Amino acid sequence: MAETILVVVEQREGKLNRVSYETLAGAQAIAAEMGWQLEAAVVGSGIADIAAEIAAKKVSKVYAVESPALAPYTPDGFVAALKELISSRRPRLVLMPHTYQVRDFAPKLATALASTLISDATGYVKDGDRVLFTRQMFQGKFSADVAFTGEPPYFATFQTGSYRGDQAAAGDAPAPVETVKVEIADGVVRNRPQLAFKEAKQAVDLTQAPIIVAVGRGIKEQKNIEIAKQLADLLDAELAASRPICDAGWLPMDRQIGSSGQTVAPKLYLALGISGAIQHVVGMKGARTIIAINKDADAPIFEIADYGIVANLFDIVPPLMEEIKKAKG
Amino acid sequence: MKILVCVKQVPQKDAPLKLNESGAWIREDVSYEVNEPDAYALEEALRQKEKHSGEVVVITTGPTRAQQVLREALAKGADRAIHLEDPAFVGLDAFNTAKAIAAAIKDEKFDLIFTGLQSDDYGYAQTGVILAELLGWAHATIIMHIEKSETGIKVKRELESGYFQYVEMPLPAVLTIQSGINKLRYATLIGIKQAKNKPMRKVTMAEVQSAISPNLQKIEKLYIPHKAKKTVMLEGSPAEIAKNLVEKLKNEVRVL
Ligand SMILES: Cc1cc2nc3c(=O)[nH]c(=O)nc-3n(C[C@H](O)[C@H](O)[C@H](O)COP(=O)(O)OP(=O)(O)OC[C@H]3O[C@@H](n4cnc5c(N)ncnc54)[C@H](O)[C@@H]3O)c2cc1C
Ligand SMILES: Nc1ncnc2c1ncn2[C@@H]1O[C@H](COP(=O)(O)O)[C@@H](O)[C@H]1O
Repeated sequence: MAETILVVVEQREGKLNRVSYETLAGAQAIAAEMGWQLEAAVVGSGIADIAAEIAAKKVSKVYAVESPALAPYTPDGFVAALKELISSRRPRLVLMPHTYQVRDFAPKLATALASTLISDATGYVKDGDRVLFTRQMFQGKFSADVAFTGEPPYFATFQTGSYRGDQAAAGDAPAPVETVKVEIADGVVRNRPQLAFKEAKQAVDLTQAPIIVAVGRGIKEQKNIEIAKQLADLLDAELAASRPICDAGWLPMDRQIGSSGQTVAPKLYLALGISGAIQHVVGMKGARTIIAINKDADAPIFEIADYGIVANLFDIVPPLMEEIKKAKG
Repeated sequence: MKILVCVKQVPQKDAPLKLNESGAWIREDVSYEVNEPDAYALEEALRQKEKHSGEVVVITTGPTRAQQVLREALAKGADRAIHLEDPAFVGLDAFNTAKAIAAAIKDEKFDLIFTGLQSDDYGYAQTGVILAELLGWAHATIIMHIEKSETGIKVKRELESGYFQYVEMPLPAVLTIQSGINKLRYATLIGIKQAKNKPMRKVTMAEVQSAISPNLQKIEKLYIPHKAKKTVMLEGSPAEIAKNLVEKLKNEVRVL
């Protein structure tokens, strides 16, 4: 019998998280290359619509794993449900998107099944009858090809943007949906989550800015923010920052770009002293042109920059401002 | 409240990293520092202790050099430290690191364990959650606020895209702490002095060996990432670069 890949798609408060399609696209590629079957699962309460949506994709089966106890997401509930499904269906490989929700429960799930999770993969490599997963290490300075060395089930999560969701192939006919009702005993779920909310004041909307000048820890001191601000003003740009700058209170939180901040796609993104950690990059890689100034030639930001300048930003920004003034006449 | 904080020593952010001969790891002769979110985890533990009294214990696994992060934590106010000391700890996967930590604290009774949400070197984002499962405790990840409640604690989880969520949970629990949850303190001179007399328990690999098993994952190859984009590098003196860049801004990016 062929081996099976199980993709666990993500739903939050009854809505499918679209990054699930990226994982599905990656899983379809692995399934095709390895000659394995592909199944999908969605976990929650009242999730028939999501199951049907996934069943339209090229998968051989969709499990709708249902229990009222799964209505709000909790790690205890999701692990109990998925442990049951995986123990009985025995997939070889379980794939999920590397979202905050999955980070919250996937290591627990793998541990509960005495197995392991290769987290935050950006792709895979076929190596004979093994599948290795590629992941970033040392904040993106290196990539590693990682192998499973124990027994299945194996778990892996894909980083957002590793595959294109719109390339998840549709099936010829809808796949069968099997509803799996799980019993989750009282007391299993210990956490009591409240509804998600957004912190009130989001004064700045950076998503509409055509030009963004963004500063990272390379700016060194709070008083140096002023230099970046002057450059931004000259370019009629909005000022933005990496997370550590906002954590330090040098710029307000609503100017943070990245997975826990805003996602932008301006005409120009000028990154000053930003290393290019993936959590930052997911928020700005859609920019039409990326210019990076960083003193470290190996900084990961240069992997996605259109124009790169390896230099001390304090040497470059002043003459740059002079040239811009000249150009503007 | 008795709180354990897991702190890890990682290569400094600006350290130039090179591959070693095996091609599966880096050369370890670089400068190190404490993993950033772990510093926030320690700060949070110290603040909780100041509010509710109790004890703050720090733990790390790693070679002799890793002791530095424990010393710093003691200087900032942690009460005692546990060092699982052996170079071989560096090569353990997250499952085994968590097992080793669990074994080292089996005779202790903590109310809370804090870890960072993710390490800067491996970046597994797993050790804390695995530890919770091994201990049978509740957990919550990416925490930005913690307060005591009548039945346990109430924490604020960071979600994606600027969303947050409050979660009520019982104790004991494991929390993975996000950078920025608080403002870090500096060690004082008195603190550094006092740290010298604080207890530091050493645990050898032999003592926890029976708890760990062969790694379940293995790095086959470590390498510089393949470039996704063709980057045009602008070179020359700062003045030349500035001129060149403005020319691009005008004629190619068309923003001037
Ligand atoms: C769950 C999670 C969510 C996160 N969310 C976000 C997010 O939304 N946004 C975000 O930005 N980060 C986020 N992060 C943090 C992220 O992982 C990085 O730690 C962060 O982006 C690093 O910021 P940085 O590039 O400014 O700092 P560093 O990584 O410290 O980089 C500073 C750079 O400046 C360069 N430099 C130093 N001095 C100079 C100089 N004089 N001239 C030129 N260059 C110089 C250095 O070479 C270095 O590359 C998140 C992390 C996690 C785990
Ligand atoms: N060797 C270690 N010693 C102490 N704590 C660790 C170690 N490895 C990981 N941790 C803790 O687990 C967190 C998450 O690490 P990781 O799972 O590697 O991303 C870190 O922020 C630390 O708090």
